[in-house]
Amino acid sequence: MNNVFVYIELEGTEIADVSLELLTKGKKLATQLNKKLEAICLGSKLDGIEKELYPYGVDVVHIADDSRLTPYTTLPHNRIVCDLFEKEKPEIALFGATSLGRDLAPRVCSTTGSGLTADCTSLEIGDHTDPKTKKEYKDLLYQIRPAFGGNIIATIINPDTRPQIATVREGVMKKEIADATYSGKVKKIDAKSILKEEDFVIQVIERQIEKSKVNLKGAPIVVAGGYGVGSKDNFKLLYELAHVLGGEVAGSRAAVDAGYVEHERQVGQTGVTVRPKLYIACGISGAVQHTAGMAESAMVIAINNDQDAPINAIADYTITGDLNDIIPKMIKYYKLNTK
Amino acid sequence: MGLKIIVLAKQVPDTRNVGQDAMKSDGTVNRAALPAIFNPEDLHALEQALVIKDAHPGTTVEIVTMGPPRAAEIIREAMYRGADGGYLLTDRAFAGSDTLATSYTISLAIKKLMPFDLLLSGRQAIDGDTAQVGPQVADKVGIPQITYAEEIVSVTPKDITVKRRLERGYEVVKATLPTLVTVHSSAVECRSRNSKLTMKYKHAKTVSELQEAAMDYEGMMKTRPYLQITEWTADDLNPDSQSLGLLGSPTKVKNIENVVFKAKETVDLDTSEKDIDFLMRELIANHIIG
Repeated sequence: MNNVFVYIELEGTEIADVSLELLTKGKKLATQLNKKLEAICLGSKLDGIEKELYPYGVDVVHIADDSRLTPYTTLPHNRIVCDLFEKEKPEIALFGATSLGRDLAPRVCSTTGSGLTADCTSLEIGDHTDPKTKKEYKDLLYQIRPAFGGNIIATIINPDTRPQIATVREGVMKKEIADATYSGKVKKIDAKSILKEEDFVIQVIERQIEKSKVNLKGAPIVVAGGYGVGSKDNFKLLYELAHVLGGEVAGSRAAVDAGYVEHERQVGQTGVTVRPKLYIACGISGAVQHTAGMAESAMVIAINNDQDAPINAIADYTITGDLNDIIPKMIKYYKLNTK
Repeated sequence: MGLKIIVLAKQVPDTRNVGQDAMKSDGTVNRAALPAIFNPEDLHALEQALVIKDAHPGTTVEIVTMGPPRAAEIIREAMYRGADGGYLLTDRAFAGSDTLATSYTISLAIKKLMPFDLLLSGRQAIDGDTAQVGPQVADKVGIPQITYAEEIVSVTPKDITVKRRLERGYEVVKATLPTLVTVHSSAVECRSRNSKLTMKYKHAKTVSELQEAAMDYEGMMKTRPYLQITEWTADDLNPDSQSLGLLGSPTKVKNIENVVFKAKETVDLDTSEKDIDFLMRELIANHIIG
């Protein structure tokens, strides 16, 4: 009872990275609270899946194996998760902030009457005193996220409802094996007895999922452009620099919204989080929504027309000027001075 | 065949344009201090509704929005583009609602409008980016949900087929009606205002707006009842008052920090060849690149 639960996202029988990242964070939270870590796997042909989860410190793996649970549809997964939460009364429940997690978690929260915070960038345990009633709360989940166009960082709590539910984007938390020899136990869920006919009013009639073409998370060098790049055409220069240096191109939300660069290259709170050894920010002002996704880069170079751009405060090098002037010089020097 | 379509929409502060007084001390948004716009993805949802209306004569499209009195602006805006009317849910008792309290309030209005065929909304609103209200309304109304819709492929009186945009691909799903569909920004843009409709609905107003108006609209409202935008307060929805506003919101804002970047030792350079060469030499020497 009152343990930390992580919903495991599956594509077929393959576990999504974000779920392993959440298990890593969940283990830390559970240890701090002196609670157990439990995982929820809903799908089909899941024999042995628990072995992939135990090394992250999972104590209990709840498995519902039913061919109707894959591919994912909202209502059957919601029914089983809510039924499990009713029985197990989790203290905390974490979902990936993916199109699946952001479809399922709100529905679960509505059914269970729990509070939900989307797209958290940090999760911590802490106490709280209600400013009006002076009631004290111990060991709440602090759900921390940028809000409001990235102008503020908000800490959200759910003092009175359980579970405390949060979603976190892929790449925000680090994935680390806790103990390769760790072993927990499996609890089977009898899906047939829980699911109802009316849960299957939505049919998936076609499904095309591709391996991602862009590997931003794994790129050692990221050349990112913002609205200040000015046009899709100007982005070609960023691609050239990335190609020469062996990196990937990324964009801020403003650049994606303006159509300069594809959505899957978006870095920031509502995009991908990256930790490259070099992040070159071109024409990016540096709202928190963006910096939330790149602040842990080992080195940051900011190229900007505006000397007072917020991004300059977290940059190791700033270059003030026109990127159309600067980037060709960088490429030229690099080509001349490396093999 | 005509369908009855309801579009959930929100007037949002333009978060791309935020000033100093944007937040109140209790951590909620000071909406009065910001330019207000039609939430972009809700416009995409409106377009999907209007496409169905074009193809299926007899279809009606109505907006439901919750917000302060001035949120009636987006109902008019929707009418200028082809919606038939709308409902504004406005009451001080709704203030401070998180997504759960918001979806509770909206679900009461939707239940009053039953039966309907299709509930549409944007995937998420730009002021919170949570994508929670749509699915939570669907849950409380007791209908299924299809989120992240890019295109409504087909619709019949019984069912709907929708293409969903996912991170690494797409899927096509079919659902029985009524259902909720939330629309992604990759769907087609909303048409612009129609000049005839703009003329027709220019004077559309809520009760509160009529009371504050300088001219007397009584005669006009009698002869043109379609100009009346319905306004519902908490009393009209017969709510459980414990579930409204701040009281009905399980999430609380513990604190808000303004963003301050930690100062870092920064090397400032200009566009001269000397400076750029220095930078590249350092990067290569430190094995950052090369």
